[in-house]
This record gives sequence, structure tokens and C-alpha cells, in this order.
Amino acid sequence: MKEFIEGSYAIAKIIKLCKPGVISAYPITPQTHIVEGLAQIVADGELKSEFINVESEHSAASVVLGASAAGVRAYTATSSQGLLLMTEVLFNIAGMRLPLVLTCANRAISAPINIWNDHQDSVTVRDSGWIQLYAETVQEACDLHIQAYKITEDHNIQLPVMICIDGYLLTHCGEVVDMPSQGEVDKFLSPFSPLYKLDVANPITMGVLGDPDCYMETRYAIQETMKDVLKLIPKVAGDFEKAFGRLSGGLVEKYKTDDAEKILVAKGSLVGTLKDVVDDLRTKGVKIGVLKVVSHRPFPEDAIFDALKKAKYVGIVEKSISLGAYGPLYTDIKALFQGKKESPCINGFVIGLGGRDVTKESVKEIIDQISEFGPTNKFIGLKL
Amino acid sequence: MKEIRIHARAGQGAITTAMLLGEAVFAEDKYALAFPYFGAARMGAPMNAFVRINDKPIRLRSQIYEPDYIIVVDATLLRGFDVFKGLKKGGIAIINKREGIQAPKIKDAKIYEIPANDIAQKILGRPLGNTALLGAFAAATGEVELKSLEAAVVKRFPGKMGEKNAEAVKAGFEAVSKEKK
Repeated sequence: MKEFIEGSYAIAKIIKLCKPGVISAYPITPQTHIVEGLAQIVADGELKSEFINVESEHSAASVVLGASAAGVRAYTATSSQGLLLMTEVLFNIAGMRLPLVLTCANRAISAPINIWNDHQDSVTVRDSGWIQLYAETVQEACDLHIQAYKITEDHNIQLPVMICIDGYLLTHCGEVVDMPSQGEVDKFLSPFSPLYKLDVANPITMGVLGDPDCYMETRYAIQETMKDVLKLIPKVAGDFEKAFGRLSGGLVEKYKTDDAEKILVAKGSLVGTLKDVVDDLRTKGVKIGVLKVVSHRPFPEDAIFDALKKAKYVGIVEKSISLGAYGPLYTDIKALFQGKKESPCINGFVIGLGGRDVTKESVKEIIDQISEFGPTNKFIGLKL
Repeated sequence: MKEIRIHARAGQGAITTAMLLGEAVFAEDKYALAFPYFGAARMGAPMNAFVRINDKPIRLRSQIYEPDYIIVVDATLLRGFDVFKGLKKGGIAIINKREGIQAPKIKDAKIYEIPANDIAQKILGRPLGNTALLGAFAAATGEVELKSLEAAVVKRFPGKMGEKNAEAVKAGFEAVSKEKK
């Protein structure tokens, strides 16, 4: 049923419908209403779940690691510095192949202290072995969480999923959301049946020493599984569409790209603004489109290649930068054209860091700069 | 699409105001986006909340620079801030009237100064004029119906507080209706 609801509370309600047995979070800054909402839901007896308040995000991640290892569906949410404090544990969760879903409310990283939105937090941990999916709207954010449990708990995958949603722009945004019923979610999402778990009757060890003789193979196994994730994500999105009647998620979304000479590429809520600019320019006869990247990890090489190969110019618009180099999505997309006969001119732009507003005008500024000899990592909207 | 910019200080309920407006237009089968922008992210610091209203889903996520309507929750912001910046031709501003602060005359715009805090003090017993301002907004702009706002307020504040806030909405609505005559 449709309702008008704030992004964070909408996600809390969705997580309730996914019925995690353990929720753990560090309850103060940087945190969102997501876990506040869930704490209330659990306290009100609407969800039978162990809500564990901890003293840091490192502990929050450790608690959900333990819960998943013990065979319980678990959930946590964090943001910014909190995600970075989890980093060590994030690598462990992926390395131990534990199914988990985490929401990252995307916010900038200190210093200087900044609570506002950009993608530097999740982008910084993109190499951890987590699947990373970025939402454009609150609706998509909700839908992706349901899909995430399906993906992470698939016995052929066993990799954790991070749903990345723009801090403030989505987490604090009131929006019309079609909220599924418990019955619909139950039908789509079977109860968690772990492939293996910690069990005193059948003892196993997890996260043991991997010496030089086998460590590399564990990384290779994750790398190979990521290929299976690329196949599974569109399948789950397709099943979701059949079950809920709307398309959400997938690897990428093409918006007016088929005949486009120029294509903008971006992740997250920024894509909505880009679509509006594209529509404005289309009415003036400009052949332009947007490619939304939903899955940044695994990186959907083939889907992106297919969408971009016929374009003359591509502008990658990112809310993060690998300082001293380029935006990570720019690097990834440049790499995928290596050795290909067809390649557009690929330009890179950095925008909206630390909550700097992304306006239609700033997007047009980007489009004007895209060219054969265009920039690789141009900061847009600097006040110098 | 119609765009509304709310000016307030952090802690004065601008987000709730924006959410209530979104909820009310949603009840009329329209789409809304309501979101805040915190300046200094401190209680009492000037902040904005924004609302977009449309007949179809809204994709634009930028802040609002050329609003159709402005709501000023705290008139002290008229000192030192250009709250009318970018207001569209024919735009409307609703100001929470405060003694000693005179709203300027704005070319091609209609300004309503409503003693919303006084209305709230009388009805709610506290000087929180947000819901009265929403009533005034409905009467001044015609973008949302009075009964949708009343319903949104009753849903948001259960019990007596909801009823009283609905009363405040109506009083704000009537204050503008009277001025219009």
C-alpha cells in the first residue's frame, strides 16, 4: 500500500518485513532513523528480534557477524565514520562468506567534520568483498533490501550485501512509497537456511588461518562468485518485478541511452536529477541519456559496455574520489574499454562532495565540458 | 511542479511542517518530496526544508532556489537573510508575524503575515506556529485542501494534540481567508 514516509523509517519497516533475528547498531552519530525506527518496532513487540545496542560500529559489525555465523538472519546500519570503523570486520564477514545485509547511509568522511552526503564512505570499502548496490529513490532503497536478503542467502553466493542510500537526500526525504505486505515479502523471501553454521552438535571452525598455500584461492573464490552475483542480480530483480509489479534494482538502468551520443553515468539519488536534465535537453533535440549503475560491486562490465559502446561521449559523474587519482567508477569504466574496438571518449567529473548541492545547472556545466579531450577528474562547482 | 521553501531554525519543526504538507498532498493523490537542508547542523541555526509537489513522481533532488512559495517559520530570519531570494514572479510568502519585525514589500509577490505563534499559543498553549502556517499556506495558495491538512495533522499527532493542531490549521486558514477578503 502506498504511503508518504521518510526514507529511514521506510527502510526500518522493510527490514521488519524481512524479519532479522538479530539487529545490532551503535545508536548515536553517525546513525539514522533506521535503527531508531527498528528499536521502536522491536520494543513495541511488532518484530521478534534481538536488538543489541553496542559501544561502537566495530562491535555492531562483530555482533551481526556472530549472528550470521550462528545461522540467524541479521541486520545493521551505519554511515560515514561508522562504516570505516567497521572496515576490519567487513572484510572478515565477506572472507567468512557470511550472508548479511547492511545499510550504508552515504555520508562524507572527516576531516573536516562533515555530516552531509557523498559516496566516499561506501566507495572506500568497495574492495572488501561486499556486494554494493546503490538506490536512486526511497522506493528503490526499500525494494533493494528485500532483494539483498535473497541474494546474500543464496547458497551459491554467500557474500554480504551493502545497500547504499544517500544520506539526507534519501534517508531524511519524505517520499511516496509502495510498502509491500508481510504476506508478499514472506512469499518472496524464504526463511534463512544457512549453508553452514556454528552448531555444537556439528562443530566447525570459521575464519581460520589461511596460509600462503591457500589464502589466494579464497580471494579467487570470491572473485569467481562475483561473476555469479552478476547473473543473480538481474534474475532476482526479474522475480521481484513478477512478485511486486515494479522494476527495481538490477545491474544498471538505461535511460534514453539507445540513440544517445552523450551518456552520463552515475550512482544513487543523483540519477534522478540527471534524468530531469536529460529530458530538458531532449526537448531541445540533444541526443543524451543516463546510465544508472546500481551494482558497483560486482562491477557489471558487460552491461555497462553494451550501454555505452555506441555513444560518442561519456561523462562519469561521481560523488567520490580516490585522492591523487580518479573517481573509482571512472577508473573502472576506463578499464572495461581496454582492448575493445569501440570506445567512447570517457570524461570524469567529481561533484557533490560533503553535501555540496547538485543542481541542474551544475549538471549542465558538466555536459558542456564533455569532449574528446575532456577532463578525467574535474571537480565541479568549486568555490575558489 | 510546485516548489516550496521553508525557512526556520533547527528545532522549530520545519521538517515536520514539510512532512505534513507532503502527507496532505499525497492524500489528494499527488506526489511529494519533502527534505531538509541543515546549515550548521546545530539547534537554533538557520535551516531550510523543501517540498516539491507534482502530479507525477518527482526525480529532481536539488535544493530549491526559485520557489513558487515561501514559508518563514521564524521572522527573526528576515534580519540578515534574504529569505525571498529567487521567489518566482507571482509567488507567495507566508510569514510567521512577530512584533517589531516588518516584512519588506516584494515586487510581483504576495506576502501574508500571520500571527501563527499567537494562534498556537491560544489553541495549543505553546507558541509553535507551524500548523497554523500550513493552514495559512492552504488558504493563500490553494495547493492543498484544508481537510487534507487537518487529516495529516491528526494522523501525525494522536489524541488531543492532533485535534488541537487541526484547530490551529483551521485558524491559520481563516486568518488568510479574512485578509484575502
